[in-house]
Amino acid sequence: MDFNYLSTIIFLPALGAVIIAFIPGLSDRLIKWLSALFTLVPLALSIYLFAIFDRASGAIQFEEKLSWIPAINAHYHLGVDGISLPLVILMALLGFIVVLISWKIDLRPKEYFAWLLLLETSILGVFCSLDLLLFFLFWEIEVIPMYFLISIWGTGRKEYSAIKYVIYTLFGSAFMLAGILSLYFATGSLSMVDIAQGGMAMVQSVIPVAGIFWLLLIGFAVKLPVFPLHTWLPDAHTDAPTAVSVVLAGALLKMGGYGMIRVCVSIFPQVAREFALILIILAVVNVLYGAAITLRQTDLKRMIAYSSVSHMGYVLLGIFALSQVSLVGATMQMFSHGIITGLLFAMAGLVMHNSKERDLRKLGGLARQMPVIAVVFSVAGLASLGLPTTSGFAAEFLVFVGSFTSAAVVGIKLWTILGVLGIVLTAGYILWMLQRVFYGPPLDKFNKVKDADILERVYMFVFVVVIMGVGIYPAILTDVIKAGVMPVVGFLGG
Amino acid sequence: MLNFELLAPELTLAVTAIVVILLDFGVKRKWWLAAVSILGLVVSAGFTISMWGGGSLALFNNMLAVDSFALFFKLLFLVIAALVILASTGYVAKFSRFQGEYYALVLLAALGMMLMAATAELISIYLALELTSISLYILVGFLKDSKSTEASLKYLLLGAVASAVLLFGMALVFGFTGQTQLGAIAQSLQAMSLAGVLSSPGLIAGMVLMVAGFGFKIAAVPFHMWVPDVYEGAPTPITAYLSVGSKAAGFAVLLRVFYSAFGMPHWLSLDWGLLFAILAAVGMTVGNIIALPQTNIKRMLGYSSIAQAGYLLVGMASVHIFLPASSYLPSVTGQSGLLFFLASYALTNLGAFIAIIAISSKLDSDLISDYAGMAKRAPVLALALTLCLISLIGMPPAAGFMAKFYIFSGAVQSGLLWLVIIAVINSVISAYYYLRVVKVMWMDKPASRAKVSSPPALRVALALSCLGVLVLGIIPGFVMKLAEMAAQMFAF
Repeated sequence: MDFNYLSTIIFLPALGAVIIAFIPGLSDRLIKWLSALFTLVPLALSIYLFAIFDRASGAIQFEEKLSWIPAINAHYHLGVDGISLPLVILMALLGFIVVLISWKIDLRPKEYFAWLLLLETSILGVFCSLDLLLFFLFWEIEVIPMYFLISIWGTGRKEYSAIKYVIYTLFGSAFMLAGILSLYFATGSLSMVDIAQGGMAMVQSVIPVAGIFWLLLIGFAVKLPVFPLHTWLPDAHTDAPTAVSVVLAGALLKMGGYGMIRVCVSIFPQVAREFALILIILAVVNVLYGAAITLRQTDLKRMIAYSSVSHMGYVLLGIFALSQVSLVGATMQMFSHGIITGLLFAMAGLVMHNSKERDLRKLGGLARQMPVIAVVFSVAGLASLGLPTTSGFAAEFLVFVGSFTSAAVVGIKLWTILGVLGIVLTAGYILWMLQRVFYGPPLDKFNKVKDADILERVYMFVFVVVIMGVGIYPAILTDVIKAGVMPVVGFLGG
Repeated sequence: MLNFELLAPELTLAVTAIVVILLDFGVKRKWWLAAVSILGLVVSAGFTISMWGGGSLALFNNMLAVDSFALFFKLLFLVIAALVILASTGYVAKFSRFQGEYYALVLLAALGMMLMAATAELISIYLALELTSISLYILVGFLKDSKSTEASLKYLLLGAVASAVLLFGMALVFGFTGQTQLGAIAQSLQAMSLAGVLSSPGLIAGMVLMVAGFGFKIAAVPFHMWVPDVYEGAPTPITAYLSVGSKAAGFAVLLRVFYSAFGMPHWLSLDWGLLFAILAAVGMTVGNIIALPQTNIKRMLGYSSIAQAGYLLVGMASVHIFLPASSYLPSVTGQSGLLFFLASYALTNLGAFIAIIAISSKLDSDLISDYAGMAKRAPVLALALTLCLISLIGMPPAAGFMAKFYIFSGAVQSGLLWLVIIAVINSVISAYYYLRVVKVMWMDKPASRAKVSSPPALRVALALSCLGVLVLGIIPGFVMKLAEMAAQMFAF
């Protein structure tokens, strides 16, 4: 191996965090520039990896493997395939953009940017790890920066939301740890690749293989989140600072979906098939319940947060429909939702920041005062409801087509149709929200409110380009994802 | 045959302790006492390391064992004692008299712990235990204020009861087997049939009483009543010493007695394995739940150490590899996990206590609410304490994460998945009270803007323990290897 791309991508932000935290006397300006630098380079590198990625191969690429802890057979094992690479790019992109979004932070900037960079490292680590212990290590590290970021720089009941987030996540990962340990004892290995290829048919284990599957699934389900484990999400989103909401909705939730594909489905294809119906029903509940709750919200950020619950239902549906197209759709939806909801939260943050108001009942007519934000917010909203030519359409279309035609579960057509109804509800709340915020008579109290400045227009532009680009030419992503999904479909025997 | 060179680490410590007391008469600058103590510990550690890999040797007619298990613990105790002494220098300067005795007693307690790890015979186990305990009784009362005196008296009285219970248990075991040497006890147990053991309830009672006696040392529920008061009243460096040194020594004896003397036959070890599993589950749950409402940080860490004893007992309970066909394979992952957990817990808890010593000596308070805004007043201390608390929760990148992973993987191998699930849920509960301290330090408004400074020796000790916590959390391979070698003798 010539150059360790993945290690560089993962650990550059952490290096930046250490530099920012431990070199005394850095000016606030310099801290922001350093953060931008230490996130821009990983972004550039990940785009470079995307360019040289071999789209014909379903194998793990850019692999790095070192013996880490011989006593428990753990390896420092990194690599990406078509499923994880889009998510790495997603996180690297959001990681850079959130630094720009945070440019106006002036409360304890040193700590803020250090935690933000550390968060990026841990999420990138989750998407790149192929060793279960390493995966779990990155999975757990992520909690600490989130705790600090929400509880220091948040708003409202920030400390409550932060500790709720921590307890929920640790609760999920407690079961995940039990699952990983059982899996390790049953197979004697911690390598996701080896275990998936070896299969679980012949192993001896303490508890039934299905038990291990569920232990692991609970950990991922908390993160995705799956009803009824979702209640941390609206609180965390509502009270987190804008940049953290963007990372949380954009990349963090995807750890759950990614883990389900990489661990639950790849390692336990038989069990996944057996329980697919339950999970598909949960997915539909997620979609409809999430959307229904969203309709009732009056807080701008809380509304977008609940819409995430609804949209993650599509991911769950796509994963456990267990067909090639639906899995591609689920991965696509993870990427697309990451960008779209990232933009929605960024825009909501701008509206809140500029107008000092977040209650939908008191907002109105802002299209007059902030036309640029209004347009971009509308683009993000329309993408969210799956308008053609946006990435949201491509992703949701694939999920629905994939699950409608799937043969994995009896009666999946009915469930898919129910899931499609979610689109209608989404259209309802998105349009209602846009109307409430931007249209109607202009209000005098918002006369002094400013529109987006140059920096903000730059990152809005990036978001919109990605949304439209992927929407118009989805093959740019689906080619890569298809390569990654192939081996999973192979395990499923389909 | 007497191989006195095998006793070199212990002899060095004994001599150092005496030299420190004598030196106390002569020198004006009391930091010399700490320096000489550290020197003694380093020399002793040098001797210990030079014996590593020398195979299993015995001394004094099999009374003392010099094997990798004993050496692992001796090194651990030497490191602990050195960190405690470094952390004490500033604290002890407050005493007008008896500084020499303080250091000497710390050294003698370490000597007792080292002997506890090495003894393979019941009477000498008892003697080593008493050497440790008596030194610690005095040290706990060293502040001579009302709380410290009360703590010392409580510790002495309850400790004496525990010793009596232990001695009674030993007497019963001796009565039924006719042996005091652990190896000989094992042989005579194996010669007894199932019916033979069942028809001697006194033997079982003896084992249970020994669990109770050692349970006091390791602060396992329900033998934990002394912990909060003693932890709160004792001088803080001694609290740290109690919470890691005394506990580790208790586990060393517990491991050696139960695995070498009562390890065979299998059904017997499975029975006491279950007993330890239940003690573990109860201990961690009780410790964590009572820790939740604590407002004094030393008391909170007292209950936390009860909970940690519960996690450690998981390693005691992991007796054999469990296979569905109810056949049993020897496994030492649980035991080496226990050793690794002890090492990581020692560094973590010492780090936490050292930070607390530094902060509290300035604030003159142990209340958690007084730690408000510590991140502003002493950023490095706050960061170090945060790292240690994260390690106590068992989150990466700190040592506690690896320790939990390792010890629980041994438990899963032994078919104790239920216990592991209880344990991991317990760590979620514990996150709440550990993070409360973090919250107070980083998010609350400071009461004053005055910086909190700390003496250099303390900073060295803190840096060393935090470094250890990170190393064990990120590249634990080497220490895990040592723990595995040390636990190898329990493969049966």
